Amino acid sequence: MDGQDGILELVGLRRRDGDGAERQPSAGTPAIEVRHLTKDFGDRVAFQDVSFEIGYGEVFGFLGPNGAGKTTTVRTLGTLLSPTSGSATVAGFPLSPENGVEIRRRIAIMPESPGLYLRLSVTENLDCFADLYEAPAPSDRIGRALQAVNLADRANDACGTLSKGLRQRVALARALLSDPQVLFLDEPTAGLDPAATRDVHQLIDELRRSGVTIILTTHRLEEAERLCDRVAILNTTLRTIGRPDQLRDQLFAKTLTVRTLVPLPDPGGVFVGLPAVDGWSQDGPASYVLAVSQSAVAAPAATRALVAAGAEVLSIDQSHHSLEEVYLELIDQDQEASRR
Amino acid sequence: MSVNSRRVRAIFRKELREYRHNGFIIWTMAIFPLIFLIQPLIVVFALPASASFPLSHEHLLLHMLGIPAIVPAAVAAYAVVGERQQGTLEPVLTTPIRRQEFLLGKALAALVPSVAIAYAVYAFFLACVELFAQPTVASALLRGPDLLAQLLFTPLLAGWSIWIGIAISARANDFRVAQQLGILAGLPTAVVAALIAFNVIHATLGLAIGLAAALLLGNRLGWQIMAAAFDRDRLITGTR
Repeated sequence: MDGQDGILELVGLRRRDGDGAERQPSAGTPAIEVRHLTKDFGDRVAFQDVSFEIGYGEVFGFLGPNGAGKTTTVRTLGTLLSPTSGSATVAGFPLSPENGVEIRRRIAIMPESPGLYLRLSVTENLDCFADLYEAPAPSDRIGRALQAVNLADRANDACGTLSKGLRQRVALARALLSDPQVLFLDEPTAGLDPAATRDVHQLIDELRRSGVTIILTTHRLEEAERLCDRVAILNTTLRTIGRPDQLRDQLFAKTLTVRTLVPLPDPGGVFVGLPAVDGWSQDGPASYVLAVSQSAVAAPAATRALVAAGAEVLSIDQSHHSLEEVYLELIDQDQEASRR
Repeated sequence: MSVNSRRVRAIFRKELREYRHNGFIIWTMAIFPLIFLIQPLIVVFALPASASFPLSHEHLLLHMLGIPAIVPAAVAAYAVVGERQQGTLEPVLTTPIRRQEFLLGKALAALVPSVAIAYAVYAFFLACVELFAQPTVASALLRGPDLLAQLLFTPLLAGWSIWIGIAISARANDFRVAQQLGILAGLPTAVVAALIAFNVIHATLGLAIGLAAALLLGNRLGWQIMAAAFDRDRLITGTR
């Protein structure tokens, strides 16, 4: 994205605006701390007993099916909705109506729907929000936010004349105006073409590097896997939380798949007793799946044993489960549980 | 509670920019003042010189207070439900703006053009009466106390009408319904102005001071009540 320098300058303004002491995060405290948070709308529970922490500068992914409570969680942490029970701290301030203004000064939310004034121009939209955020040098800041999302040439166009993807970019520029410590992005790449999606990903990387905490709500699992330090899977309750590789390891056993040119005459004799191999099974005439505890130990040992047995090895592959498989596994478990 | 003038100004400017491009609002601002202007002008032009005596016992010009009683409510009816329908309420409420600032910005944006239109229509009416009506009719109509009442009560009535319009807007789910309800809600105030104009309710200084004080208080309370009743949860999620 051409405007990456603009982004760095934009977020760097926080340190130069003169009120840095107040706005700098305190060392050691999480950007967001949530304890047993619940929100319901009468009989309908949006999310329940959710607890997690997010550190400063972390990119945190929120995954879950439609209606899982992701957007409501974001709205609650953004002080738009009041929680039914539980507590939270956002950007160092306890979540309460009295702290609403202080919290909103330090965060920005890009909602799923861009929510632009379609009759107004891009600049007029941003001008209004720069004033609402009391941004210093608003014209300068608007210019750099537009550069950061590659929209400087459309600054005077009415938002109603922009495509969905361009409106999404205006909404992103608007979220950058406030120089937030914590940025909530609700489906930021929904409706964007691949090039624009790549630009948004680069932008998120840059923001992470400059220390902005990002909470990313998305249905694109490959996006979450690529961008997020940690992810949480929410389905009304918090199903799991951790690094994408941790979640894979928690949910799926590690396996090696061995393929040989001809079937082994005594596969048990080859695989049983190998270091870090916990068991084996046949997965076709000349294909074997080894359950392993450590791939780095098991793979060389299996190779040596196969060669010693005179087998002609075609391949030894380590199993790789995507975040999507983790996600689907957990959601399927929930669906099965609800059917029972 | 301190009010941040920059944030109030941001909403005010944004609203005026939106009005400029919103044909529905422009139409609303134009049609009611025209109704209040044309029909009375025709009547006044047709009055013979002999009508000046009964006119001098009435306060006919005060019927034009119907403009600030009705127009601002119709405009203010767009304030909250218009944002909700556009999907812009959520982004605005994620900023540090307080509900009091949001409502004040909205109210001022409805007040300034409404009062300006009411004064302009009134001035135009006076000029027409002075220039084209029978001189005796003109002198019977154009009286200092009525002019003063018009100047004083126009912003007060407009303010009251705006808080009613915003209250309706915050509860409504559709802008057009909110606008129709806003106009209906402004009618009782316009009727009271008409009853005073036609001397059904006898206008006295005491009555004027009492009404002005009541409207001042109503405007102050209107802001406070609306701010207290501004329910983010309901407005964002649409739950009742």
